[in-house]
Amino acid sequence: MPKRDNLRSVFLNGVLTENPIFRLVLGTCPAIAVTTSTMNGIGMGLAATFVLLGSNVVISMLRNFIPSKVRIPAFIVVICTFVTIIQLLMQAYVPSLYDALGIFLPLIVVNCIILARAEAFASKNGVFASAVDALGMGLGFTLALIVIGGAREILGAGTFLGFNLLGAGFEPVLLMILPPGGFIVYGLSLGIINAIANRRSKRAITGKEGVQA
Amino acid sequence: MNLRVSAGPHLLAKDSTRTLMIDVLIALVPTTAAGIYLFGLRAAWVLSVAIVSAVISEYVWQRLMKRPVRVGDFSAVVTGLILGLNLPSTIALWVPAIGSAIAIILIKELFGGIGHNFMNPAMFARAFLMASWPARMIQFALPERLLGASQAAVGVDTMASATPLLMPGNWTTYDMLLGNIPGTIGEVSKVAILIGFVYLLFVGTISWEIPTIFVGTTALLSWLLGADPLIAVLSGGVLFGAVFMATDYATGPIYFPGKVIFAIGCGAMVVIIRQYGNYPEGVTFAILLMNCVTPLLDRFTVRRVYGTVKKHA
Repeated sequence: MPKRDNLRSVFLNGVLTENPIFRLVLGTCPAIAVTTSTMNGIGMGLAATFVLLGSNVVISMLRNFIPSKVRIPAFIVVICTFVTIIQLLMQAYVPSLYDALGIFLPLIVVNCIILARAEAFASKNGVFASAVDALGMGLGFTLALIVIGGAREILGAGTFLGFNLLGAGFEPVLLMILPPGGFIVYGLSLGIINAIANRRSKRAITGKEGVQA
Repeated sequence: MNLRVSAGPHLLAKDSTRTLMIDVLIALVPTTAAGIYLFGLRAAWVLSVAIVSAVISEYVWQRLMKRPVRVGDFSAVVTGLILGLNLPSTIALWVPAIGSAIAIILIKELFGGIGHNFMNPAMFARAFLMASWPARMIQFALPERLLGASQAAVGVDTMASATPLLMPGNWTTYDMLLGNIPGTIGEVSKVAILIGFVYLLFVGTISWEIPTIFVGTTALLSWLLGADPLIAVLSGGVLFGAVFMATDYATGPIYFPGKVIFAIGCGAMVVIIRQYGNYPEGVTFAILLMNCVTPLLDRFTVRRVYGTVKKHA
């Protein structure tokens, strides 16, 4: 049984230090394609989190049975199962969101984040730790999509979660909810987050040197 | 005796970014003057806002990023002026302000400053404005005053009107040459653009390949597809784009074969977008697209240095 501190660092690892979108740059296709509004971002993030949780738990349970030579097809079968479940659930209960996400919902199967966590974490760790890792990574993914989707919706439509935010005088920057806007917002947020991370690591290094000197 | 030892080259040309940019500004004088004459004081406001916003954005950004402030090389002035000349004179003044800031910060400074941008900043800004506020960008006014005696019955008041590309036949060749047609501030007067072109050729700032082949391809392809080649060249922004925007050093190819391919690509894309696309005009997108291809063109058209072995692909 892993220690509590370890679990906390596993969880925060997914949300912050190894945020799949902003630090690992994985799963960028849905991050750009579906984030035309905040709601779409939340929907996509939660759907991916559900699949990630299911696949991480099941793969972690099966990790000693799956022969390593056929592990990738085996992982994909598990992931496909959960994608099909969430696809049918969303089609039944939130059809408008299902329509908005379109082809990117079934494409969660080939989302790098999910396969990467199966390969790098779930196939080597226990069930509970894998579930925590899935929640951390899923939350990190969802937060990133909310940031990108929120910025694009505010600039491109003047609204946030459908509420009119900037008043009638604001003429929306239409480009922001078109595909180029996705690339621009994603690129700028990556740049800002890299700048913050660089500054922090630089400070950490100079801090250590100060102690040694 | 004090001998100075230094590495070559020892003879320096007087050309600098600043002199190049001043030459471009001089070449733009006839176009700017014609635009302000035709569209009135309103056009001067649009141009000033675009230039001031470009210069302020560059200064503020370089200060914030603690980079050397290079506003003095006039490149921001050129970017702002070219963007302004690409806008209709009736546009709300916040549009050129936002456009110039985007051109300078998003395309020029974020990619490393002058010479490192992968697309023409003014062209990107125009595409950005075009996609964001299409209704504002395609409202063209008729000129307030006319150059020479107009042969067509141009409307008495400055009503918003479509570009002549959409309604050919309403204007004579004479009017299209002088600029008595609706359009953006800089693109309407072809005579003024040609004066600038001759000046730039004369001082050696640009070479002839890109503008002539660009315009030639547009005319030829339009003719092949059944459109009037004269109207295709004289209306819209082909001439302005070919002379002042496709010839940008940082975003165009270096070698002769590359320049030819670049110019043919621009001309072909313009005609394809005009004939088959949703937008009436395609000069902006044609140049941006070929800007993106430029690094590849430079790579494939590198001149083999005499004496070196040919590489087998």
